[in-house]
Amino acid sequence: MAHSDNLTPEEAHKATVKRIWTVTGILASVTALEFALAFLMTPGMARNMIFVIMTFIKAFYIVAEFMHLRHEVKALIWSIILPCAFLVWLVIALLTEGSFIFLK
Amino acid sequence: MSTVTVSKKRSTWDGGVSPLNVSYGKMMMWFFLLSDAFTFSGLLVTYGLLRYTHPAYEGDHSKFTFSTEYWPIPEKVYAAVPFFEGVHLPLVFVGIMTFILILSSVTMVLAVEAGHRMDQKDVEKWMLWTILGGIAFLSCQAWEWSHFIHGEPPGTLMPDGTMFMGANLIQNQYGPPAFADLFFFITGFHGFHVFSGVLLNIIIFYQVATGVMQRRGHYEMVEKVGLYWHFVDLVWVFVFTFFYLI
Repeated sequence: MAHSDNLTPEEAHKATVKRIWTVTGILASVTALEFALAFLMTPGMARNMIFVIMTFIKAFYIVAEFMHLRHEVKALIWSIILPCAFLVWLVIALLTEGSFIFLK
Repeated sequence: MSTVTVSKKRSTWDGGVSPLNVSYGKMMMWFFLLSDAFTFSGLLVTYGLLRYTHPAYEGDHSKFTFSTEYWPIPEKVYAAVPFFEGVHLPLVFVGIMTFILILSSVTMVLAVEAGHRMDQKDVEKWMLWTILGGIAFLSCQAWEWSHFIHGEPPGTLMPDGTMFMGANLIQNQYGPPAFADLFFFITGFHGFHVFSGVLLNIIIFYQVATGVMQRRGHYEMVEKVGLYWHFVDLVWVFVFTFFYLI
């Protein structure tokens, strides 16, 4: 791939495939850990926060490595990531609103 | 004849170069996926909103029973596995589904990587594994939906005093009506994305197998459907957390 100029094609191929399996290992272990925590920890805010953080770790690896965004130019990276900042507002606003309403 | 002198410095955005350094098709796929991310966020945030409007179960975790009065604990709902009917195995089946989807994402990157090497046989092999993974995931989801719709005896007492087993858009045995509605909408919309992804993968696999990409000189179409496929996996990561774990 583009980010391995001083390697022979064969070496570059090996390095890329190794990287893919490393990321696979990370994704699989984070998922396994989530599954374990679902039973080992008592439900509550702390566990939920851990789940959210782990979800973002997995999302980072999928987008950065599998979707290759990390190796794109900065302008493209930011034009994909920045609009997602609006979602933070959406989540806070709607969850707050939700706790004000009681459908009964 | 006058000699041309450089009058002013041209910026990256003055034309002639590709500022984002990707092809039109790949850039459009990225922006489509961004808009699709907003759609899925809308659905998941709605789940959060509606969940917060309903009271949570307050009692002892192990004594939980289904009721339309409060929001169910997800792991109590998704506790069935095919061939192990009646055995309480919370989250096991959905865990298997998550692994299938992650692995099919891995085989997709391997197909993209093989495309960079112009290795047609390898692209075919890995695309075929990806398609199989997608079909396996869809089959699991079909079973999960069927189990969710048919329910488990004896069912739950509805507000009108009748017993109801299973789920539809109007009532369900697991909790408030909105719970099943959101299950059908969110996992259904994601499942439809997986289904379209499998179709796109089959079309590209056919083109790879008939040598279209080899003649074209590059495998960029594999990268584009790859982006879509990874996005489907990405959405599932969020659905898994917010729908099944929390």
